Amino acid sequence: MQPTSLAFQSKAAAALADPNLQTALGGIKTGWQRGRILAAERLPEFEQLRDQARDIKNHALANLDFYLEAFEARVLDAGGQVHWARDAAEARRIVQEICESADAKTVTKSKSMIAEEIGLNDHLEAAGITPVETDLGEYIIQLRKEPPSHLVGPAVHLTKDQVADLFEQTHGLPRTDDPTELVGQARTVLRQKYLQADVGITGANFLIAETGSAITVTNEGNAELTQGLPKVHVVIASLEKVIPSMEDAFTLLRVLARSATGQEFSAYTTVMTGPKRPGDLDGPEQFHVVLLDNGRTGMIGSKFQDMLRCIRCGACMNNCPVYLAAGGHAYGWVYVGPMGSVLTPQFVGIESAHTLPNASTFCGRCEEVCPVRIPLPNLMRHWREEQFKRQLMPSTVRQGLGAWGYLARRPALYRLATRLAMGVLGRLGKKRGRFARLPLAEGWTVSRDLPAPEGRTFMQQWRQRQRSRP
Amino acid sequence: MSDNERRRAAILGRLRDVYRRSPEDEAAAIATVEQRVFHPAPNLIPARGQLDLEGRIELFTTMARNVQAEVERLPRLADVPAATSAFLRRHNLPQKLVVAPDPVLQGAGFASQPLLRLRFGDADQHDGAGLTLAFAGIAETGTLMLCSAAERPTLLAFLPENSLIVLPSARVFGAYEQAWQELRREQGRPPRSVNFITGPSRTGDIAQRLELGAHGPRRLAILLVDDLQAG
Ligand code: SF4
Repeated sequence: MQPTSLAFQSKAAAALADPNLQTALGGIKTGWQRGRILAAERLPEFEQLRDQARDIKNHALANLDFYLEAFEARVLDAGGQVHWARDAAEARRIVQEICESADAKTVTKSKSMIAEEIGLNDHLEAAGITPVETDLGEYIIQLRKEPPSHLVGPAVHLTKDQVADLFEQTHGLPRTDDPTELVGQARTVLRQKYLQADVGITGANFLIAETGSAITVTNEGNAELTQGLPKVHVVIASLEKVIPSMEDAFTLLRVLARSATGQEFSAYTTVMTGPKRPGDLDGPEQFHVVLLDNGRTGMIGSKFQDMLRCIRCGACMNNCPVYLAAGGHAYGWVYVGPMGSVLTPQFVGIESAHTLPNASTFCGRCEEVCPVRIPLPNLMRHWREEQFKRQLMPSTVRQGLGAWGYLARRPALYRLATRLAMGVLGRLGKKRGRFARLPLAEGWTVSRDLPAPEGRTFMQQWRQRQRSRP
Repeated sequence: MSDNERRRAAILGRLRDVYRRSPEDEAAAIATVEQRVFHPAPNLIPARGQLDLEGRIELFTTMARNVQAEVERLPRLADVPAATSAFLRRHNLPQKLVVAPDPVLQGAGFASQPLLRLRFGDADQHDGAGLTLAFAGIAETGTLMLCSAAERPTLLAFLPENSLIVLPSARVFGAYEQAWQELRREQGRPPRSVNFITGPSRTGDIAQRLELGAHGPRRLAILLVDDLQAG
């Protein structure tokens, strides 16, 4: 996917003016954001588990070579195969070859961010193989030819009516906007696809060195049908998914669903180890694991290593004021929200994404909620330093001022942006009186301090001034 | 060297370049890795599930019901056929069932329900209801643990819209780790597929509204049976 992250400002402005999107995003606060708080309250050990989750990932990241070797040995013992891919192109080719050796016409897929990262669907289509997304959200965005707008809910940007319109066009059935019927339609259509598919492709939330297992977590049960019905199962996963043992997986699983959706546990957590065994009545005949590097070995030992702890729960975006206003598509690539602001420059280059580490109010909510305690604001700051070092700064100063001017000309967006910033600014201002830094006016405040707002936004003051004018 | 071996060597080589461990550090790292892979120990286990058996069964039941599972406790395995038939009746479903070819379920005495048409085997797309046997239950979240085997095919719990699962009451553990430790003790390596199931299939992908029965079962009925010891 070609990144369009440089257009963040204009896309965010358009997003704010899109009532459908704003309705859809509004549900996140009452749903997942609140759900996470309640789930954490119900489990007294939650904070301790987060510490342990962080430590498990840190330990694995400090010994990835050994854990990957152990994992590979166990997969081979269980009768599976392991394929190593240094970059996206190698991973695509490997998956294509596995599909071709199975004479695959149709492959079913359950949600995999790695598949999005490497642009697998387009590649398979070009090779004459039809990929079918089975996660309902992924199915919807595949039909709409859109990238996901959220890690957990890829179609969270759409309202029920938009899905109703899409299904009417696609399924050729009378229009319904009843969610139960819409889900039923997708279920019926996809059931046939599962049965036709020659290969099933899934991601993995965790890879277990102890057993050579891949673990998927879903609510729909689509991963189980994707890997259980076709004769070939391919797992695509990035290197940092490997952890030592099932015990470690359980600790991470305890914080994953709670952080993501506020569920105690997702409906389906499946531990898959190798192909079908003698006598088994179902299961794939072949079990392949594709291990993808794609720049991750370069992150180990770098300032960005902490990012590799990410378990893709989505909490950082659910709690990000910028994401909740702008939506996922404004970020312009596969990974969105705060974690996307750190990861996207890594994958597409800071030149093509320097808007993202700047699209932050630095309110710190993302770090507060991250189950593996990734210091996301700090990592965004690192990118800004990097950007400075690479002498993108002059253009950024222009960009920053450009954004300021752009916002000033768009009252709704400006109001929102300043309100978002207010809380932080008020706090900072109390401490220092003046700001060294103001989000969205970064380039400008580098050399000039702004007066601290006194509890009212610029727009409030401006309106008042207008009223008091003769 | 095959292409795959070359790519593997490149990736592992890059990692080793970054780690640059001294021989002593390397020996220490290998010892830790071996310990954690070959002798894994539990991390923090929440207090919630650490109860006596009756307490665990009660917590399991509450948690499973919270996620829309039906839970019924039966004194005897021989009560399973009648409970199954009643479930189908309650939901206006045909008296038709595919059952895992497990000796325990085959010995449940289905002849007591002459109206119930059943087949022992794996599910296909035409089956509306499937019955299988769980390896264990986990009280802390009301989760079932199913282990694949020749006599317990995986798809039985995923293809039919209605999933019935027999769980021996004595196999309700407090935490996932305890159930997994029991699996290790009995089988060593895990079977091909271990499915942790917490309530029926669901999705929130249409406007974040909870809908049951996305791809897997719309209904999940758990039959807790008291006179069964092993799973
Ligand atoms: S960065 Fe943290 S909060 Fe965000 S998706 Fe990853 S694990 Fe979740």
